[in-house]
Amino acid sequence: MLWIKNGQLVDPVQGVIEQVDLIIEEGVVTHLPPRGVFKPEGDQIEVIDAAGKMIVPGLLDMHVHLREPGFEYKETIATGTLAALAGGFTGLACMPNTAPPNDCRAVTEFILKKAEMAGFAKVYPIAAISVGQKGEVLTEFGDLKEAGAVAVSDDGFPVASSELMRRALEYGRYHGLMVISHSEDRTLSGDGVMHEGVVSTRIGLAGIPDAAEDIMVYREISLARLTGCPVHIAHVSTANSVELIRRAKEENLPVTAETAPHYFSLDHNALRGYDTNAKVNPPLRALKDVSAIKRGLADGVIDAIASDHAPHSILEKEIEFDKAAFGLIGLQTTLPLTLALVREGVLGLPEAIAKLSLRPSRILGLEGGQLKVGSIADLAVIDPDIEYEFKAADVLSKSKNSPFIGKVLKGRNDLTLMGGKVVWRSMS
Amino acid sequence: MRKFNHKDLLGMGQLSVDDIQLILDTADSFKDISSREIKKVPTLRGKSIVNFFYEASTRTRTSFEVAAKRLSADTFSLSASTSSMVKGETLIDTGRNLQAMSPDVIVIRHSSSGAPHLLAKGVKACVVNAGDGINEHPTQALLDLYTIRERKGRIRGLNIAIIGDIAHSRVARSNMIGLTKMGARVTIGGPPTMIPLGMEAFGVEVVPDPREAIGDKDVVMMLRIQLERQRRTLFPSLREYSAAFGLDSEALKSAKPDCVIMHPGPINRGVEISSELADSPASLILDQVANGVAVRMAILYLLIGGSKADAVDKERAAG
Repeated sequence: MLWIKNGQLVDPVQGVIEQVDLIIEEGVVTHLPPRGVFKPEGDQIEVIDAAGKMIVPGLLDMHVHLREPGFEYKETIATGTLAALAGGFTGLACMPNTAPPNDCRAVTEFILKKAEMAGFAKVYPIAAISVGQKGEVLTEFGDLKEAGAVAVSDDGFPVASSELMRRALEYGRYHGLMVISHSEDRTLSGDGVMHEGVVSTRIGLAGIPDAAEDIMVYREISLARLTGCPVHIAHVSTANSVELIRRAKEENLPVTAETAPHYFSLDHNALRGYDTNAKVNPPLRALKDVSAIKRGLADGVIDAIASDHAPHSILEKEIEFDKAAFGLIGLQTTLPLTLALVREGVLGLPEAIAKLSLRPSRILGLEGGQLKVGSIADLAVIDPDIEYEFKAADVLSKSKNSPFIGKVLKGRNDLTLMGGKVVWRSMS
Repeated sequence: MRKFNHKDLLGMGQLSVDDIQLILDTADSFKDISSREIKKVPTLRGKSIVNFFYEASTRTRTSFEVAAKRLSADTFSLSASTSSMVKGETLIDTGRNLQAMSPDVIVIRHSSSGAPHLLAKGVKACVVNAGDGINEHPTQALLDLYTIRERKGRIRGLNIAIIGDIAHSRVARSNMIGLTKMGARVTIGGPPTMIPLGMEAFGVEVVPDPREAIGDKDVVMMLRIQLERQRRTLFPSLREYSAAFGLDSEALKSAKPDCVIMHPGPINRGVEISSELADSPASLILDQVANGVAVRMAILYLLIGGSKADAVDKERAAG
């Protein structure tokens, strides 16, 4: 029996419950008595004092790049899932742009096997939409689903053919696989390396216009309308995208969306010193986009927050800006950056936690995201008030490509439990 | 004595009005060296300057070399085709290796915007940006400012047009920053496909039609059409570009009578500028080249000559 006492439970469904005790037996939450009610008997009780801490359901990151197979020098399934635990995530969904890409049963099974061997956070593989992520032929959705894939996406490579995307939506719904869209018109983003705007003009880097995203978001919405099939828009970064998704939802179209913390925490001014760690795709946008993303989160247009954790080694980052890889790591910064939205008043606490747990779980058709009697005891104990400098040494990923290194963050996961067992504990 | 408190020269954005004036005044004092019979002074004897040209260049590279030699510095050249970069060595590693040989200045030309900034972070030597991607070409802007000041006696209050491929021109960027900083009114013009978003950030006026942009100007600066940089569909043909955006005597009539013409070179004769105009008394194109040497001598001197050590150490400690 495990007794977590004196904590503040933040459950996306029930809201915030002050000063509650959690009793966990055989990996399941069995009692949630108010503080002071539970009278322990016997000596087989492990106690965790969570005074001043928040207890939240284990977070689910629905957009992570684990790089294995193929790019183990950037990240492995083991290092990525450990970093996830440190960040408060008990589960993550990993994108298929590995080498080979996850476009067949063998790769999906390999990922699951490796994750099981690592024994850290749970891994939910996202398979490719098209064979080789080439945008030509659909993958075997049925076989992939059976092997354990929870969604399909060609993330990293937009599906250029509208016809193929339409078929993916139709076929995905039939198999119960969410189609996740990397919305980018590559003919428009071209060789751009950052947001096209005053900063790109000023520092002489080729720009990616916001329209490159907007056009594809509009296409996906049109296809959702045409087919009635659900589509999920990954890493929303522009004000126009938020507006398009808002209107789609008003029309009751089956469209969901996620954004990543960097899109509500940074704008394109972060690139003024050519910091390749802030080079990401879609790019960090203008201030008006950052505000729109926050509004979209506040009013529910954007359903989920995902890290888009994209590790790259120094080989791809400590080089000329235009040659550097796109992507930043986020598994350990997503929670503190999201908590900043709560302090800013953008999100209520339960809603902030919902965007990191319940909503991504529902989008992918997974259990979890809730802590009630009967729930599997996958949870995180968070210190919301601790302030600390985020250091490279704190990063558990193999790669350290974060623009937040050296910054002071507030709020940190202290303890992660899976199935009632402590699987990660912060050093301090 | 006025001081130049910078370790590196990476862009016009980092320079104050005083810095720019100091460079131009210093160039003045160096200019006559080039017209002496013995074109050499011992000022930088014992200093080493590496010319690291990752991108092809004849004029800028030669200009830096001549400048260094006239100050008695030793120069070494490294180009992309002969460097280890073709073997996959990263810029940072190449920089570290260069640093191990203790040069005093590394002059770098690179096709990636921001590359000199990256190098400057990794080496102790002073880094001079000799053109990075489509970002900046500060020594070109400084020699342009010098040439304008020499001919017109001032920069403040002049009306200056910059015409052509603004989007892909580092010369335009550095000049827009430098000229507006020094009090000139800058108008830019060119095909709309070559004028990027957010030009207002530079404090310039955008008048796409070059005929209109040239109107009432003291200086018209034509940019080179960088055929090698064209991706696609920025303009349909050279023939049409020349007709719509090229400069000839007819077009120049709307400018002030004493208007001068500048061009960073090399010119595509008959495309940006008619041959007749390029060779006319209004053309400062060769003055620009001559002044480039004096301006680069001034920059090298200010970075590593004289009593610079204190200032550089201070900046390094702060950075």
